[in-house]
Amino acid sequence: MKLLEPGTVVDGFRVVACLHAGGMAHIYRVTYADASRREPFALVMKVPRMTAGDGAENIVGFEVERQILSALAGPYLPRLVAAGDLAHLPYLVMEYVDGRTLQQLLDDTQDPLAPDAIARLGVAVAQAVHSLHQQDVCHLDLKPANVLMRPDGQAVLLDFGLSSHAHFPDLLAEELRPAIGSPTWMAPEQVVGIRGDPRSDIFAIGVMLYELATRELPFGNPQTTGGLRQRLWMDPVPPRKWRPDLPEWLQEVILHCLEPEAAKRYPSAAHLAFDLSDPRQIVVTELGRRTRSTGFWRHFRRWLRAAGMQYLPSALPSQQIGRIPIVMVAVPNQDVRDATLYSLREAASRALGTVPGARLACVTVIDPGETPGHDSASSETTVHRRYLGMLRQWAQPLQHGGQAVSLHVLEAGDVAQALLRYARGNHVSMIVMGAATHGLQMQRLLATAPIKVAMEAPCTVVLVKQGLPFDRLANQFNPP
Amino acid sequence: MKIALLSDLHANLRALDACLAHARGLGVQRFAVLGDLVGYGAQPAEVVGRVRELALAGAAVLQGNHDALAVAPPAQIRTLDESGSAWTHARLGAADLEFLAGLPLTVSDGAAFLVHASADQPQRWHYVTNAHRAEASLAAACADVAVRYVFGGHVHQQTLYFRGSSGRLMQFVPTPGAAIPVPPHRRWIATVGSVGQPRDGNTAAMYAMFDPGRAELTFHRVPYDHLAAAAGIRAAGLPEAFALRLEQGL
Repeated sequence: MKLLEPGTVVDGFRVVACLHAGGMAHIYRVTYADASRREPFALVMKVPRMTAGDGAENIVGFEVERQILSALAGPYLPRLVAAGDLAHLPYLVMEYVDGRTLQQLLDDTQDPLAPDAIARLGVAVAQAVHSLHQQDVCHLDLKPANVLMRPDGQAVLLDFGLSSHAHFPDLLAEELRPAIGSPTWMAPEQVVGIRGDPRSDIFAIGVMLYELATRELPFGNPQTTGGLRQRLWMDPVPPRKWRPDLPEWLQEVILHCLEPEAAKRYPSAAHLAFDLSDPRQIVVTELGRRTRSTGFWRHFRRWLRAAGMQYLPSALPSQQIGRIPIVMVAVPNQDVRDATLYSLREAASRALGTVPGARLACVTVIDPGETPGHDSASSETTVHRRYLGMLRQWAQPLQHGGQAVSLHVLEAGDVAQALLRYARGNHVSMIVMGAATHGLQMQRLLATAPIKVAMEAPCTVVLVKQGLPFDRLANQFNPP
Repeated sequence: MKIALLSDLHANLRALDACLAHARGLGVQRFAVLGDLVGYGAQPAEVVGRVRELALAGAAVLQGNHDALAVAPPAQIRTLDESGSAWTHARLGAADLEFLAGLPLTVSDGAAFLVHASADQPQRWHYVTNAHRAEASLAAACADVAVRYVFGGHVHQQTLYFRGSSGRLMQFVPTPGAAIPVPPHRRWIATVGSVGQPRDGNTAAMYAMFDPGRAELTFHRVPYDHLAAAAGIRAAGLPEAFALRLEQGL
């Protein structure tokens, strides 16, 4: 379709100006044509460039975007307002989101971004992507131009034309077709035609973080199938080789996202956000430390293996991302008996089960009165260190299984609210906490912290009843 | 207006009533019965009675292969299916038999084309079990250019076939309860599953709900008292295999 002139009226909307003329579509600022009608928020209209020269994918992509935008909810995507009849007048009218795309951010400045800033961007993008996955949608075309940062730091994802919804027929799926997507950011499994694995989006986030950190592309911008297939076996150049001042933890995270095998990446975007929100607790392995590219023979062996590599389609995104849990255990720090702590640890250990990759967040809530107020500039006060030490000691027996364990001291007056906020913010899959049996009789009159958490939690809550206190245990077998 | 598409009721009144109640609860006001009202189950007269009430209220009702068998049971019994047809015939009144005998093989309802098995030679009862068979049925139905949707039963599975980007039909296994967009600029063919005799390992009854206004198709699963229905089959002295099927959904 040719460019619409300002003032043109389309189906009740008046074109104000063209904001963007992309390869696939034109984006216009629009208002209601009826001057008496006020828009609830600023609007844009997206009109596909459907001419004879454009591929069928363009049209189908438009149809897919409409389906997916109407099925999704949440603050991480523009709200859909109206859609034109695809057969006659295809367009989408949606919320205009104020902000800059990551691409603009990359283009506007040549200065290297600080690692903390990259981590903050990564958390925002991962949270947005996790919200999609929870709704059984995979974006599958994440790239800096499709991620918009609102002024408050929240990420908004754009362009769902290549996305897949697990409950809808995949209109873009086709046997024996070349991979679709943007070659630079595409995951290896997408290269071989698998659509709908949420971990493909994790890979794309990894490419974006790599780009933000080094201004280089981990796999270049291949134009051939052979070039695309390289990522099935090739390790990218370690980011710290490009930029030696980059911290090891950031390289660890980036390369973890870029693992050729989906099963070796972060199991969900929530796990990625979890790591990036507290980089000090990231366990750095060889992945983060390496500064040399992988050698020829190693690559050659992997190339041979990749030639016969089979990718299996994954389960529903919402099931896939829930397979490897983030377990949060609330460890009390006042008037607490050894038996209680012991029972909690047993329960946490059982909750982690034998799932490799599961992580445990040990959280304790302290009263803000305990820390001197004027000391807020330093994040780890003496008081914090004391409680972190207590948590470390408590969690120590749990670390043998190679589980990722992290420790967090929260300051809040309301224990239940602090725990709930933490669980929501970190997409925790399960909360383990003491049942506070001493308060059971009171619970009819007064909601205790465990009851409040159990009622409002966004996930499963395990209330642990403590075993008998150790001194009484002895008496059981030696009656007086 | 939402339309409930019910097929392969197979003389299972409990399953039928559960689906009707479920559909009415979702605001369904129109019904279409895609054939095989009888066969296998123990309550043919009750089910035909219920469907005749629906027909009086405006429901489209089609004939299936089991209905044809019940109207005229073969003299020479060759299969287990046929063995039940004489039993069913004996339990239906003259009016019920006349109703079954008079049912059409296909109904065209605007953009929707209804058939028990395949629109490709409906009287041959072809099973639409793969994209190839679906293509034949869709092509036959779309001889009428207004047709956008072909709904059938017969295979006791819920499947939606859609046209992939290369033009070939592709198979999609729906998630129960999820409304699937089926815009009318494309052509769609679906098997709605079986109300009275599920065969996919899940004992819950199946039906589909079509909303032409919103261009959405939703496949539903409705649990009902399948053990009581199986007990009824045993009590009636029908083959044990028919009872086991309901108990196991196989």
